Amino acid sequence: MTEFNTSTKEIGDVNVVYLNGFLDAHTAPVLEDTFSSLVEQNKFKLVVNLKDLTYISSAGLGVFMAFIEKMRENNGDIKLTSMNEKVFNIFDLLGFPLLYEIFDNEEDAVGKFSGDK
Amino acid sequence: MNKKLDINKDRLIVKSNTANLITIRKFINNKAKLCGFSSNEAEDIVLAVDEACTNIIEHSYHSKPNFDIEISVSFSKSNFVITIIDYGETFKPGSFKEPNLELYRKQRRVGGLGVYLMKTLMDDVKYSSINNKYNQVLLTKKLTH
Repeated sequence: MTEFNTSTKEIGDVNVVYLNGFLDAHTAPVLEDTFSSLVEQNKFKLVVNLKDLTYISSAGLGVFMAFIEKMRENNGDIKLTSMNEKVFNIFDLLGFPLLYEIFDNEEDAVGKFSGDK
Repeated sequence: MNKKLDINKDRLIVKSNTANLITIRKFINNKAKLCGFSSNEAEDIVLAVDEACTNIIEHSYHSKPNFDIEISVSFSKSNFVITIIDYGETFKPGSFKEPNLELYRKQRRVGGLGVYLMKTLMDDVKYSSINNKYNQVLLTKKLTH
């Protein structure tokens, strides 16, 4: 059983990235690889669905910090959705809601990209 | 609730490999719940210990995976104390002030958030170098119910 994995789905020009499991210093490189691969394909509009993410440490939060600027410089963004209360609390402790748009559900997050046009 | 844990039986020694973080988290979660902390509180303690060990792996052992990290827990007078020892380079954690995320974003800095989390989630965090022989982090959480 793997501790952490990601999968992606395209909805129009938005890519939804699903996170599953435990995101820590050991598994953070998996998410880095996922984001890097999307950047290489010039895909900068990301919705990250955290419904199945059970744990995050600062190493995981750091990955979001490392990529947000890149996405925004290219008319994209990283929008977050569907996180559980515990994971939200950690994002909240570090002030992430000021920097990232956080949605209750995936549809609203995806829709926000078309609304931005 | 004022039971004492025998430190000798409550020690975990793992190598400085991030693959062992999951073992450390399970160990701490178990012990915290045995001491009477709620699931939520136990998860906070687990995250603080994860951050401390991640810092040790990165800064004390420079991500070399074959060095020892010794974690022991004790519980007395409602204080749950986790002691983490390493034999690597002594490092001074950054300031405990609330991080300026905007600055982090602009400078594309990705480290340094862990220390703030540790300080926020625990009642006390103490770093010390003991006789220049080893480094010790003491993390304390009070049981308040």
